[in-house]
Amino acid sequence: MTETALEATALGKRFGRKGGWALRDCAFRLPAGRVCAVVGPNGAGKSTLLALAAGLLAPTEGTVTVLGTHPGQARPRVGFVAQDKPLYHQLSIAEMLRVGADLNPGRWDAATAERIVAGGDLDPRKRIRALSGGQRTRVALALALGKRPELLLLDEPMADLDPLARHELMGVLMAQTAEYGTTIVMSSHVVAELEDSCDHLLLVGDGRIRLSGELDELLAAHTRVSVPAETDLAPHTVVESRGTGRQVSALIRPAGPLPGDWRTTAPSLEELVLSHLRSPEAPALTPAARTEELPA
Amino acid sequence: MVEYRIDRHSGVATYVQIVQQTKQALRLGHLEPGDRLPTAREVVEATAINPNTVLKAYRELEREGLVEARRGLGTFVRRSLGAAPADSPLRGELDAWAERARTSGLDRDDVAALFTAVLETHFAARPAKKSQVDKTQAEKIQGDRS
Repeated sequence: MTETALEATALGKRFGRKGGWALRDCAFRLPAGRVCAVVGPNGAGKSTLLALAAGLLAPTEGTVTVLGTHPGQARPRVGFVAQDKPLYHQLSIAEMLRVGADLNPGRWDAATAERIVAGGDLDPRKRIRALSGGQRTRVALALALGKRPELLLLDEPMADLDPLARHELMGVLMAQTAEYGTTIVMSSHVVAELEDSCDHLLLVGDGRIRLSGELDELLAAHTRVSVPAETDLAPHTVVESRGTGRQVSALIRPAGPLPGDWRTTAPSLEELVLSHLRSPEAPALTPAARTEELPA
Repeated sequence: MVEYRIDRHSGVATYVQIVQQTKQALRLGHLEPGDRLPTAREVVEATAINPNTVLKAYRELEREGLVEARRGLGTFVRRSLGAAPADSPLRGELDAWAERARTSGLDRDDVAALFTAVLETHFAARPAKKSQVDKTQAEKIQGDRS
């Protein structure tokens, strides 16, 4: 099939010998050119996953492959913006961009980086120290995109941006994918803002991958049903079911055609994510699980 | 050049919105045969939607024979839709009629109701476009799964 941008096999990370597992048994594959949302509650392991992919953390067990190679070796082709947007605070914006150019010889796209900074009406002589959180995000994204990366890893990139800057910079990211086929992986806990921009989903909950795959396929694999309380939902996989008196409303993965008298609706991305997070016991749906679950 | 406006709360799938707005532009003569549709890059930069969504909409328009993709050049309009360009005499008459309706005290909903009623006496009903598209989608997904 298509090239693989990011692949994890039995990936796990534990902090300290006695610490708990931040991530465990993670297996997924992200084809190149996708825009992938990494979604999950605080502390689910999103940042750990991105840092492993960026090669800033070493796995405790399993492997992660980036652009067909070891994360360390892929680093020149990967852009990473960590949640705290690390920049040299004593430098001006222009100096910071020059650092980007010096650190990425032969790859640096000065025009793109300057255009992103200019989009925020920022004076290039201004020091990083004097910028607001959202303005620093803009400079950090300019640095990451100026590198012309094949894979862009963004940890909560939109968190401190105002709605206008959020829309503009998301547009810049989408244009990057449209023009260069850049693979983008971005984490967020605000699901709604990702729905139109992403075509792939990794749902992380409690250190495990709960859902992984193309967004369209994941949505199509689930149905929200409303049925009388005594209805037997077997053999379908029930992700979450909630009673409202005589009716039960459930999110299921149909194992076959549903009876004609069940009221069904298509779930939104937000419903899909929330139902899975509210039901930690619900079986995960990842490419490996899917081959077992679906009839051949 | 057509500019797409995406309404995230309309309940209409994003790619369907692009298809509908392109057809609307074709009907009104804002797009004519030979015109180039905006590139996926141009659309996503302005709307922040995923590039694949734009390509899916363009494929749907191509399947209906309204546009064609020319390799390396872009996507071009092949034929127009309907016969009611924005500057036709019919549009002028409707414009004058709407003005009279407004000055005689009708509000937006009154006018819409009146217009729909007249529309229905003169034109046969037809299945809604959206459900048609959704049905092909559903069939496609069924097909993919089986």
